[in-house]
Amino acid sequence: MARPPTAASAAPIALSPWRAALRATPTLLRVGVAETVAYRVEFVIWMLTTTLPLIMLGLWTSVAAEAPFARFGQREFIAYYVAALIVRNLTGSWVVWQLNEEIRRGQLSFRLLRPVHPFVTYAATHVSSVPLRSLVAIPFALILLVTSARDIIITDPVMLLILIAALLGAWLLTFFVLIMIGSAALFMDKSVAVFDAYLGVFAVLSGYLVPLALLPGWARAIAGWAPFRYMLAFPVELAIGFYDSRAAALRDLALQWAWVAVVIGLALAVWRAGIRRYEAFGS
Amino acid sequence: MNRALRYAGLLGVQVRASAVTSMQYRIDFVVEGAISLYWLAWNLVPLLILYGQRDTVAGWDFPSALVVIAWFTVLRGVLDGAINPSLVGVVEKIRTGEFDYLLLKPADAQFLVSTVKFEPWKVLDIVGGLGLAVAAFVMLGRAPPLADVGLALVLLLAGALVLYSLWILIISASFWVIRLDNLVYLFMAVFDAARWPIAVFRGFWRVLFTLVIPLALMTSFPAMAILGTLEGKTALAGVGGALVFAAVARALWRAAIRNYTSASS
Repeated sequence: MARPPTAASAAPIALSPWRAALRATPTLLRVGVAETVAYRVEFVIWMLTTTLPLIMLGLWTSVAAEAPFARFGQREFIAYYVAALIVRNLTGSWVVWQLNEEIRRGQLSFRLLRPVHPFVTYAATHVSSVPLRSLVAIPFALILLVTSARDIIITDPVMLLILIAALLGAWLLTFFVLIMIGSAALFMDKSVAVFDAYLGVFAVLSGYLVPLALLPGWARAIAGWAPFRYMLAFPVELAIGFYDSRAAALRDLALQWAWVAVVIGLALAVWRAGIRRYEAFGS
Repeated sequence: MNRALRYAGLLGVQVRASAVTSMQYRIDFVVEGAISLYWLAWNLVPLLILYGQRDTVAGWDFPSALVVIAWFTVLRGVLDGAINPSLVGVVEKIRTGEFDYLLLKPADAQFLVSTVKFEPWKVLDIVGGLGLAVAAFVMLGRAPPLADVGLALVLLLAGALVLYSLWILIISASFWVIRLDNLVYLFMAVFDAARWPIAVFRGFWRVLFTLVIPLALMTSFPAMAILGTLEGKTALAGVGGALVFAAVARALWRAAIRNYTSASS
């Protein structure tokens, strides 16, 4: 006679949220990589749209060919913009569009049903695009290495470790700022317009458009305080040896990670407030 | 003649429909205005930085470079107001098969596709761009002769025609290769380079932006025309090139339509 299933075997195994996330991560990453490979042409075209550093590179190198600009010669400009291109490629994120689309179409509901926090599933999609992104970034890194910029790239192992931590920080900062802006779609229709405006501020204050050292004094002061430079200029300047002491680099690294903590907190707050509305709205 | 009148009438209907839709969102007028002003200001940042330390770059002084940015802003307004809104949805329609209904209508499909939607508020961008141009000429301390203004407008039209033809080419290609809509974003990213006078780019970039993707024709040539520094030969070549480009795009579109077998078959 078949025994009735015991409570222990019938009930789903309740995992703590952290363990659930940890257990799901390898699968999420595998799915993410498969997705990126499946849409590879689209993916490469998206990556190619990051042309701004190359255009600026063309512009500034011909300006610097007439005479060096501030302390930037052609060599510094090449190193700066190629490094900016690489950092932007490795830390890029499209989570604003993803969130917008899913909120508009109601697909967010499916994501909310999963036992893993949506931040984790979004992050997994983005992290799993990094290997393919690196494939595009590596040739540029090589160009940087073999051109005349070779002698300004850092080689100090401690500085390289700081650089890796800074890249990770830049990735987290970018991702969570964009999560925050994307979550605004839970409150308003025009969150993409907010994102556009954000991109304008980002381009100037992060050193994406022009090296921060070239900004006028007051703008440089604002850029020094704002979080944007930690998304791009900080790792770029580290990589091409603009920091002459480890202490200064470590101090900025600490500031960067402080910003990471603040932004994660803010993103969670906006998200929670928005999700409460979303549930009320959907039912 | 009859045909031209009929299409002019159709265009009127489509524009009116778009205008009526936009009137429903009057608050957008303020929002769009604020956004245009914001971008106008940000667009000037690199220019101000560059000319903060230099009097001329590659032979262009500040007011002349400002004219190029003015032209860039105007063209951007035309693109966002009259070209992009209609064409952005076409690729999706081809993918889903909705495009069939459009083909059934008794008018030229390319015309219909290109006039579905206008965004009248983008006129603000054009006004902003013209404002910049006026500011530049105040700085120069002279007014451009009327003939030069006329030539600049003709070249602006040629530039818009090239932009439009590029779009048609991308759409035609998407009849064969399905997902190409992000090529448009790629193009918009490259179009950004058009805010600089072509002379500041050298070597590879100059060739790319003059011959392959004719950004020079779109902003630098009209700016040079209004400044009175453009040679007649270059202007003629520009307009001729734009016409050839448009003809090629039209031919490819027709070939693509003939090949079209709907999404499900």
